[in-house]
Amino acid sequence: MRGFCSSSVFIISLLFISGSAGADEPETLWGWLIDFSRAKEVKPVSNLSYQEECGACHFAYPPGLLIEASWRQLLTEKALEDHFGENAELDSEMLNELRSYVFQRTADKSYSKRARKIAYASQGQSDLLRITDVPYIKRKHHEIPDELISGNDKVRLLSQCNTCHTKAEQGDFDDDSVWIPDYGIWNK
Amino acid sequence: MKSLVFGLLACVAAPFAFTSPATDSLLEYYQRDSQVQASISEGKQLWFKSQFINGQERSCTTCHGLDLTLTGKHQRTMKLIEPMSLKVNNKRYMNEKKIEKWFKRNCKWAWGRECTSQEKSDILMFLLAE
Repeated sequence: MRGFCSSSVFIISLLFISGSAGADEPETLWGWLIDFSRAKEVKPVSNLSYQEECGACHFAYPPGLLIEASWRQLLTEKALEDHFGENAELDSEMLNELRSYVFQRTADKSYSKRARKIAYASQGQSDLLRITDVPYIKRKHHEIPDELISGNDKVRLLSQCNTCHTKAEQGDFDDDSVWIPDYGIWNK
Repeated sequence: MKSLVFGLLACVAAPFAFTSPATDSLLEYYQRDSQVQASISEGKQLWFKSQFINGQERSCTTCHGLDLTLTGKHQRTMKLIEPMSLKVNNKRYMNEKKIEKWFKRNCKWAWGRECTSQEKSDILMFLLAE
């Protein structure tokens, strides 16, 4: 009985440790198994360099929004010289830091429900470079009329996640937290 | 010695210009082989100079705006760009690597090529004086 109690205490404390420890650590299968929170949303950006470098020009997209194959094509010296028409060159030291941060946290390496859906929808699409081209993400925005996005001066592009997703910085893309400028809450 | 001369000259030429260790060493670096002193008025002209690149008229002001004390806006992503003027934004010009990074990217974007050291020192002098 005593042994049972102490091992239960041990397991329970392990669960607490695993649940709270390392919010910025890459996810692992073991971590997922012993953490019952079963996160729905993608992990927010936890790397300061990533936040500063990418966030200087646009919303710093959490790595869990694209699969590794896509990120690997985007984050090369050559690719960043023409980053969707913009020059986003980085020195190799910084680029290496960002690459190792991102590649360990891509959609296909995450266990969050939304990242799994993104990864599943992106399977086998080696030329997928834009988050807004991920089939799952396209499907999720399918019902929103054009005038609320492209026809809305305060939104303009689907890539402006955090304009309407008020909790995007926390990795939360639930439609409950959507607020469209000049329109309001989005109820389907 | 050169930096001393340059420093004195900068003091005379632009009594209100701000400098930081980062800008001092960058200006010295840009000017190392130059016979021409960095000039605020040259820098101003360069800042407003526009050119057609990829079918679009571009200049520094396309994103930074005409008034350096106001926020600019990235023309594609619409992300706000903090003012360039130190009077209202004292976080600027503190990091050499950062200044160089943005000169490299933005010169290529606006003019289709990297800026020369002379151009960079002129522009930096202008920005520091604004």
